[in-house]
Order: sequence, then C-alpha cells, then structure tokens
Amino acid sequence: MPQMGESIAEGTVSKWLKKLGDTVARDEPILEISTDKVDAEIPAPEGGTLVEIAVQEGETVEVGTIVAYIDTEGGAAVATAAAEASPVEAESSADGPAVEAAPVAQAPAPPEPAVPPAQPDAPGSAEERLRTRSTPVVRRIAEEHGIDIGSVPGSGHAGRVTKQDILDFISLGPAAPAPTPVVAEPAAAKPAVAATAPVGDFWSMFYGEVQHPEFPVREGDTVETMDKIRRLTAEHMVLAKRLAPHVHSFIEVDFSRIDMIRKANKARWAEQGARVSYTAFVAWACSRLLRRFPQINGTVSGNNLIYRNNVNLGMAVDLDPGLIVPVIHDADHLGLVGIGKKIIDLAERARSRRLSPDEIQGGTFSITNPGVLGTLVGMPIIPKGTSAILGTGSIEKRAVVIEDSSTGTDMIAIRKRSYFSLAYDHRMVDGADAARFLAQLKQMLEDFSEDA
Amino acid sequence: MQAELVEQRRAGIIPDQLLLLEHPHVITLGGSSDADHVVADEATRRRLGIQLADAGRGGDVTYHGPGQLIGYPILDLKPDRRDAHRYLRDLEEILIRALRAFDLEGRREEGLTGVWVGEQKIAAVGVRISSGWITSHGFALNVATDLSYFDTIVPCGLHDREVTSLSECLGRSVEVSDVVDPILLAIGEVFDREIRVA
Repeated sequence: MPQMGESIAEGTVSKWLKKLGDTVARDEPILEISTDKVDAEIPAPEGGTLVEIAVQEGETVEVGTIVAYIDTEGGAAVATAAAEASPVEAESSADGPAVEAAPVAQAPAPPEPAVPPAQPDAPGSAEERLRTRSTPVVRRIAEEHGIDIGSVPGSGHAGRVTKQDILDFISLGPAAPAPTPVVAEPAAAKPAVAATAPVGDFWSMFYGEVQHPEFPVREGDTVETMDKIRRLTAEHMVLAKRLAPHVHSFIEVDFSRIDMIRKANKARWAEQGARVSYTAFVAWACSRLLRRFPQINGTVSGNNLIYRNNVNLGMAVDLDPGLIVPVIHDADHLGLVGIGKKIIDLAERARSRRLSPDEIQGGTFSITNPGVLGTLVGMPIIPKGTSAILGTGSIEKRAVVIEDSSTGTDMIAIRKRSYFSLAYDHRMVDGADAARFLAQLKQMLEDFSEDA
Repeated sequence: MQAELVEQRRAGIIPDQLLLLEHPHVITLGGSSDADHVVADEATRRRLGIQLADAGRGGDVTYHGPGQLIGYPILDLKPDRRDAHRYLRDLEEILIRALRAFDLEGRREEGLTGVWVGEQKIAAVGVRISSGWITSHGFALNVATDLSYFDTIVPCGLHDREVTSLSECLGRSVEVSDVVDPILLAIGEVFDREIRVA
C-alpha cells in the first residue's frame, strides 16, 4: 500500500484492475485504492506477471503492507508495496544525510512455490539490468535526451543510476570511466552528449567517492564501523564543505519583543494544541524573507543558478546520536502557529523515525539551532543543493546599551539576545546580499508583527 | 472527457487544465458510496429528472445540478505536491478564498472533507488520482442550487448535516458566473499557476 500523503495511514483496495496470471507492464495501473474522498490508481513498479494478490477488494490495510507480488521477467519477485510514491528522490542520496529513512524499493522474494526461483543475478542483457536498476523518472530523462542509461555511471544502490547521476551526465558529459562492465554495449551510435573531459575530471574529483584516510588504532581504543546514517552524513558533509566556498556572516538579534509576544499568547496557543518556539518565529520570518532573496533560496547547478519556486525549510533535528533534516514544505504558506506545530510534529516523528521520504527532501534553505544546547553561535555547513543555512545561537540575557525613546538618552538595559550566523555559498550569494538578508531578518524579528 | 485529458496530461502533451462547468440533475456515486445513501427511489428520480452515475472518484454519494459550480482540475502533482490529503486541503483552500470575495467565511470540518459555512455544507470535494499523480474530479460549490434536490440523497454519508448555497447564505441571488473569477484567482494563488482562459 503506497504512501499517498503524509497524513494517510491506510487505504482500501477498491478494485483490482488485473487478475492473477495477467501480464502487466511497468507503470501500468494494476489496482485502485480509496481513502476518504480520494480514489487513486496504483501502477505496477515492475513489469511481469501478477502471481499473488495478498489483499482482496474491500480490505483496508496500512501503508507499507504488501498487496501483491509480481514475477518479473528476470525471475525476481517484487512486491507492489514498493510502488512507493517517490522512489526517485528517495534514491538520490545527494539530497541530505538522512536518506536512511527512505524505504528501499525492494522486497524479498515471496514464499510462493509457483514462482520460479529468484535469480537476482539473472543473466539478461546488461542494458536490461541497468534499466531495471533505474527509476521511471531517470528512464524518462534518458529517453528525452537520447542517452543510453548503460553509459551513465550509477552512484546509487547497487550501481543504480540516480536522477542526480543522469542530470550530472547531461550537464557535464560523461565523467570518470563508468565503473560498470557495460561499456561493451555499442552506445556510441546514440546521439550521446559530447564528452567534456576536463570538466568531467574536475567533477569526479569533487563528487568522487569520499575516501576518509585511515589512522592507526592505539591500545585500548574502541573501533566501530560507521552505520549507514553516520556514513552518509560524513560523506555529505565532506562533499558539501569541499564544494561550496563557505562564508559566514553574523548578526545579533534582540528577542525581547518576541519573548513578550510568546508570553502573551502562550495560553491561547496551548488551547490550539500548539507550542510556538523561538525557532518557529525565526522560521516564519525566514520563509517570508526568502521570497525577496531568491539567490539565498536556490543553488548553483553546473553553469546555471537555480532559483527555487518554493520555500522549503530544512530544520536540523538532533537525534542524539545522529542528525536528520526534516523539511517544512511551502513554509511561506503557513502561519506562525502552523509553523510552530509543524516543527514540533516533524521533530517528534524524526525522533521516532516515522518521517516519510518526502519529508526529508526538497529543502531550499536550512535552519540549525545549536543555541538550544547553550552554544553561543555556530558556523554550519551548507547542505548540498542549497545556497545557505542559518545558525541560531543561544538566547541569553545581556546588558546592552539602548536609547531611551522618550528622552533620547543612552541607557544600559537587560535584553534577551542571540547571535545568528548565516553560512552562504559565495558562488551564488554575495556578501552584501547576506548582509541585507541578515539585517532585514533582524528587523523583522525585533519588530515582530503581532498579527503574523 | 476527463479520462482523455488525464491521458494527455500524463503524456505531457497538455499543461495543467481546469474544467469549470455545471451539471444537469445527477446523483453520482463515489468509490466509498453506500447505496442506502441514495434516498430517492427510481420512480422519484425519474419524476425529478435525476440521473444516477458512477463517478469513479473518491467519496460518497452526492448530487450535482444547475446552479452548482463544478471545478475539475487536471493537474500533475508529481513535481511538488505528491500528497493526496494536501491536495484535498488545497481545493478547500481555493473554495474558502473564493468565498471571501463574498465576505463569507468558509471553514473546514475536522476529519471531514469539504467546506462549511456555519454548520451547513456549501461545497463538496472528491478527487481521483490516476497513475502518475494526475488528478481529476474536484469540487462542487453550491451557488444558486435548488437545495431541495439534496433531499434525494444523504450527502457524503452525513445524516445530520444540512447543505446550503452561496445565494442562501447571502440572502440574495448569486449566479454561477459571478463565482468564476474569484475561483480562478484563488486557484492561481493556491497552485501558484498562471491562468489562461481557453
């Protein structure tokens, strides 16, 4: 039962469009499901023969339940539960360190005697193997550009060609020699993209597999293998830091007014079941401000600059151990209380590992809050595929010089303040842009409008 | 017609579409329909000139007829909105924004789909998502609907809810055509689309 939406936990099989033994093509609708007010067709994740229907019409099952088995031509069986709503992005591990939460679109062979023995390494042509190792989006892109997928080096799971791989291939031409033994295929006949070797070398240097140098172990040390989330985080951080020329700018923000607004509204928000943290105010202000700073809500891509159409805020969540960055999609469409609720919801579900793949992808700008643990201010790393990240420091009482608005005289007052750091990719964002962004953010937060 | 547009949208031959129309008197059944919710028997239906149709959308029984603005967006949700519930909420948002043009505050009902004014339902929402996240069906907003026709069904399986229309809420006659512009404006905003009228 595929995930049709973040708040949808189950679905009812309303109709089987295919019978047992029917041959189905990949992406051909095989069943219809219904949830309240929504009917949806579910396409086959792979082509093959429908060998088992596990959920009958009228039955309601949870998301993730296997509803049928398809015997693929190669002999391996794939459950339609893998007809995941977003298999493509889930594969592009370049998008964040948190890919761990993405479901792997593979299911074990069913204990179904009628099925020919599973042969994961069934001979089949090399092209066929690669084809089945790529997602529909990748194949579509390949078709549109007349590219033979077999000639694209795959960085995904088991050598799978990811969307990023093929986009890189298109924008930069073939990179390092393909590590797959597939070059024998006479792909040259296809109108492939012209090779641009120098850029390709540079690219592979940047994007090549990250090698962490080894160091001698001393007596009494403990050695443990990195788990997947740690390994992906490590790789992501090395690449992200290597790639973007980081610049950090700082500003100090006075939270006295926000503090007052929070105190005044706390009870009212609690009635709505919401808690609006300081971070929610910052996220709200950023979501509005980013519309005015497209270069801070975008990324460098090849020789292009991409300005994102949506404002999707990545909010770093400490898993202790580990880090995940759930995304508030279209944050600029949410109100302050909505953002407050969303932050709490995402953080809770991140900690209980219940985020859907869509919820950890597509970030266009990130916020990290080392201040929550008392850190004065941090210098964060810009996540790959974005151009900036905001770090917020601890909010603490400081003695500051302010001007008395009635008398015009200076005085020392106790105010709640915090240092903010903006890390930005200097290829895309100029220092003055960052300064303007920070100054306007400061002003928005210090003069926070009550009716937000 | 919708099925054809869905095919073309999936193939990428056409951009996102929006069909705005009025239906003749018809009772449609959704995917989770309960036959008991069609109250009028065949004879009554024939007398009132009401057809019965299986709609192939989500939701229960509903009535469509003159004076109701029907909106069927044929959208590709793949790029950025792969969430069926979010799509329902977006359609409600469009209706709520359009009602604001008439100084009417529509609202959602927790756990239900549709738009209410006070305790009365003014608009119904039911959608279909075809293979490849292509939408069809959509919403029905009662503008100048003869509400007595709703007595022939239990709308959306809700026994204790009454229906209303824009004209009834405002206490003056509003035409379906008066609502088209506010709806187009709201759709443009919510889906972030430029609207071209064909």
